Amino acid sequence: MTPRIASAAVALLLLAVPLAGTVMDEPWLITLATRVAILGMAGVGLNLVLGYGGMVSLGHAAYFGIGGYVAGVLAHHALEGDPVLLWPVMLGGTDSMIVIWLVAIVSGALLALLIGCLSLRTSGVYFIMITLAFAQMIYYFTISWPAYGGEDGLPIYLRNSLFGLDTMDPMTFFLIVFAVLVVVICLVSMVVRARFGLALNAVRQNETRVRSVGIGGFRVRLVAFVMSGAITALAGALFVDLNRFVSPSMLSWHTSGEIMVFVILGGVARLWGPIAGAALYVFLEQVLGSMTDHWQFWVGLLLIVVVLHARGGIMGFASGQRSDDG
Amino acid sequence: MLEVVGLTKSFGAVRANDEVSIDLVTGEIHALIGPNGAGKSTFITQVAGDLAPDSGSIRFRGRDIGHMRAAERARLGMARTFQISSLIGEFTVLENVVLAQLGRLGESMRFFAPVARDQELRNLAQECLARVGLESRHRERVSEISHGERRLLEIAIALALEPAAFLLDEPMAGLDQEGSRMLVGLLDSLRQTAPVLLVEHDMDAVFALADRISVLVDGRLIATGQPDAIRSDDAVRAAYLGMEQP
Repeated sequence: MTPRIASAAVALLLLAVPLAGTVMDEPWLITLATRVAILGMAGVGLNLVLGYGGMVSLGHAAYFGIGGYVAGVLAHHALEGDPVLLWPVMLGGTDSMIVIWLVAIVSGALLALLIGCLSLRTSGVYFIMITLAFAQMIYYFTISWPAYGGEDGLPIYLRNSLFGLDTMDPMTFFLIVFAVLVVVICLVSMVVRARFGLALNAVRQNETRVRSVGIGGFRVRLVAFVMSGAITALAGALFVDLNRFVSPSMLSWHTSGEIMVFVILGGVARLWGPIAGAALYVFLEQVLGSMTDHWQFWVGLLLIVVVLHARGGIMGFASGQRSDDG
Repeated sequence: MLEVVGLTKSFGAVRANDEVSIDLVTGEIHALIGPNGAGKSTFITQVAGDLAPDSGSIRFRGRDIGHMRAAERARLGMARTFQISSLIGEFTVLENVVLAQLGRLGESMRFFAPVARDQELRNLAQECLARVGLESRHRERVSEISHGERRLLEIAIALALEPAAFLLDEPMAGLDQEGSRMLVGLLDSLRQTAPVLLVEHDMDAVFALADRISVLVDGRLIATGQPDAIRSDDAVRAAYLGMEQP
């Protein structure tokens, strides 16, 4: 199986499950597939820095969460009919997905710019710890902010709207999410194959060499980090629309860890890897979770096997190639 | 072209470089020699910008570059090779050279067109590889080529920067006789492209190639001059050459 076929297989499987759900009249399958697509998208964001750039961020819940709160807060204000901001400009809420996506992307990018500027000066364990610390700061901030539900979170009663579609219909919403996912993966594919991708790939392997040929490694890593934050924030906004609920748990370090597990299980630096990883994770959660409360033990065991023996994860195993370009 | 004055660097109590001054003029190969631990690599690393000196000034192409980072110096045309090959291991030979061109052209922030299909970049890279005789090896991964080929690739990468000066840190390190002979021919031709600051242990190569030689011992420069003058310099013989030919 070439990497291209392996990718196509993941995409087709992701489409087949909700179709089966429709045919068999099991709408929960559609919701499950939507969850996989969204969590996978968050992983696609992390993959850009972890897989392609070699930066181990343990704080991607921050971007997932900020995207989620953008969706939640804007929709909340749209429903209540009161403005989000009175000063310096009056900003109202909105239930338009397009606007929410754009605001989520920009918020995620700005947050990643801020966190990246500070944390990318470190590397290794320090980088892991500082990204975790920033995410925890934002986590505790949302817990202690009563206006938006604090610890209890914030429900939104209706899904946001897009071009007059019935977004409450599970299949419609799945197709929206799937389309966004495909666009995101195409963009990432383009970026990693472009000149920037070559530089990012080189920075991961040997930053001294990159410097010596006149390329500033910090700038390359920062740009990748910002793109990554934007993608994960977009996934966060979709996640809130799926659940019609946002809470600080999106920002907890468990979420950061789960996103990282998707990337590693699926195969680092593989375009569809995080989707495969998220699919396997959700599958195990459903199947093992119905048998035992300790299903995460088995996921942990699997993760150890992948890290020790199959660094390419599911996609590497399926394609037998070291990378997507092989 | 390159003028280093009074470069000083201490590591704790050890003075690795003590007021070292070296210049490089157009068309020459200037060799920097000295026993192990004399501070040659420390010197080159500071000139390249990967290590900050305690004091001293570095001028390059008429500008003070002391405050510039390594990447900026490289963009200005300072091409450095490493004593221990420092390449991008998972890349092909060609990709390593293409990367250098991105640096020279300032094109690392382009996000759209696929780099692998850019014929112009590939052709330019192939020209650099042809100059060192690696053009037929362009598809190999760096992790799979020989040590000698890596040494040549380091020079091809330097050429891709279209440099105003080469800083070569022991380009012959680890080469067998035949490889050394080939590299001497290549280095000889480099000076027509740009002047070369050559750190090297292979004395036959140094005396065959250098227009001028500077001798570094215990962090201090004890002599600078033409090869004949250096060969007959008493201080140099005592401190350095004497150790090899008692």
